Amino acid sequence: MSFSVTEPSSRQKWFAGILVIGYAVITLLPLFWIIATGFKSAPDSIAYPPKVMFDPTVEGYVNLFTTQTRMPTDLIAEARDQLPWYEQLVRERGNTIVGASRFPERFFNSVIIGFGSTFFAIVLGTAAAYAFSRFRVPLKDDLLFFILSTRMMPPIAVAIPIFLMFRQLGLNDTHAGMILLYTAVNLSLAVWLINGFIDEIPVEYEEAALIDGYTRFQAFYKVVLPQAATGIASTAIFCLIFAWNEYAFAVLLTSGTAQTAPPFIPTIIGVAGQDWPAVAAGATLFLLPVMVFTILLRKHLLRGITFGAVRK
Amino acid sequence: MSGKRNHQTGDDRPVGIANHAKGLSDRAIAWLFISPTIAILLAINIFPLIWTIYLSFTNYRVNRPNRAVEFIGLRNYERILSDTDIWITMQATAHFLFWTIVLQVLIGFTLAYFINKKFKGNDLWTTIIVLPMMLSPAVVGNFWTFLYQPQIGLFNYVVGFLSGADPSSFSMIGDVALAPWAIVIVDTWMWTPFVMLICLAGLRSIPDSIYEAAECDRASKWRQFWTITIPMVLPFLMLAVLFRGIENFKMFDLVVQLTGGGPGSITELTSINLKREAFEKWRTGYASAYAVILFVTVFGLASIYVKALNKVKDR
Repeated sequence: MSFSVTEPSSRQKWFAGILVIGYAVITLLPLFWIIATGFKSAPDSIAYPPKVMFDPTVEGYVNLFTTQTRMPTDLIAEARDQLPWYEQLVRERGNTIVGASRFPERFFNSVIIGFGSTFFAIVLGTAAAYAFSRFRVPLKDDLLFFILSTRMMPPIAVAIPIFLMFRQLGLNDTHAGMILLYTAVNLSLAVWLINGFIDEIPVEYEEAALIDGYTRFQAFYKVVLPQAATGIASTAIFCLIFAWNEYAFAVLLTSGTAQTAPPFIPTIIGVAGQDWPAVAAGATLFLLPVMVFTILLRKHLLRGITFGAVRK
Repeated sequence: MSGKRNHQTGDDRPVGIANHAKGLSDRAIAWLFISPTIAILLAINIFPLIWTIYLSFTNYRVNRPNRAVEFIGLRNYERILSDTDIWITMQATAHFLFWTIVLQVLIGFTLAYFINKKFKGNDLWTTIIVLPMMLSPAVVGNFWTFLYQPQIGLFNYVVGFLSGADPSSFSMIGDVALAPWAIVIVDTWMWTPFVMLICLAGLRSIPDSIYEAAECDRASKWRQFWTITIPMVLPFLMLAVLFRGIENFKMFDLVVQLTGGGPGSITELTSINLKREAFEKWRTGYASAYAVILFVTVFGLASIYVKALNKVKDR
């Protein structure tokens, strides 16, 4: 067996492992609580002491997707056997469903705006990053720094003129306006990160392709793009997560048609005040995709976070 | 290819590439590739910035479109800098910035140090620790108000259980003394993983050979830690502090959802204060001047800090 002075002893490893896992468990508690609360009944969710064991119910999810009102007296005596299961569930609490809620629309807005802005940011950002990496662009370093520095502005400060501009152009509370705005915010990150990934690809590959008779354009998408693909993909994930989570612009610039889920979820209320199981259900549906993504793509994402920060 | 043209010899040619590339000239491609990005950034970043600067010299109010816009010079700036409320806001921001950075650096570095012991399964646990920072601060912040409920909240219950205090005897977001710590706790929960990841990158960049050499010189582990580990990780740590500092100076979503700036205005950070001025009181000109001051502050502090950082790197 080879001996290494830098390899920690197994006792050290045990100690480190227990400490880190302990922290991870504590850090997960709030997330576990969100998921658990989504499956609690309203009385269970506000029980004291807080309930860890409970009878799971989908009440919260039913409340999330419907709007309800107190049941009128003439309905109370009505037979419930013929009703769909969700209506029965709601009636047991003395309420009745009057329609669908706005949650699916808001969720769908998040999807459209998130993917739309990511698509544009990646297409434009990749092109610009390639040009910055391979051609002599006048004032290149200044331009790159300027592009990054646009992210240092507090979003509320930027929102004042954007609000006025969008109002002038009729873009307030529209999908197009939000996609344009998020594209711009993500573009700076995309250019910066992808530029780094393309810089790592040796120029010799393209030179060889050009000598073989490829045009510049062909060399770009047949040689450079495939090699930068993983880097571009992880950048895309970051853009998507940013747009998915963004709140400040969304709450100021959207209110109805184009409102995304983050400003909407905190406003969910039930018939009798704050309905925490419904809020938790909405939060679970909204957060879970990001959690799953993060765990599945951990290798690329974790590298991307440090890469983006450390490169500067 | 129809676009065949004489190749320009000169600056735009990439270094070392043979001169017989066909198709568009390199300069044309460079411009074609860069100009959409520049155009969007000009429209969404630069133009609004210039507009903000212009508005900051006026008394414009969005909710009174018919009133004549007057040019009032530096009056907005004078009023902001002499306003005591703004200094209270600045103090709240400073408290938040200082404690989040201290806690995140301490916990983040400790975690990175132990993860770097490479115990079995460390990468999976790293990912689990990273989860909170990937999530929507507004949605998560909103849910934390539930955890902070005096009687039924999980946080109060756990703290009560560990300390023996009555869980309903304190309210993290309703109490003037506790609210500033309520936002520090949630931000630390959320963003410690970021500092941890950067520290981890720093720790992994230290070559084993340095420790081996120190071991040959019979340097104690303690001495190795202070003379090798800390100095080598310091540039990374400072970088993490820079990013957290900028981000928390802009902090809006998490704290708005948690406390809304309250109770009173004890947790009203600059961004929340600015939002009040711009979108509730609709004092557009005044808020624009405020925004300009904030931007100059961030930019100024960040550039001073980057200079210090570069000195540490060169050492």
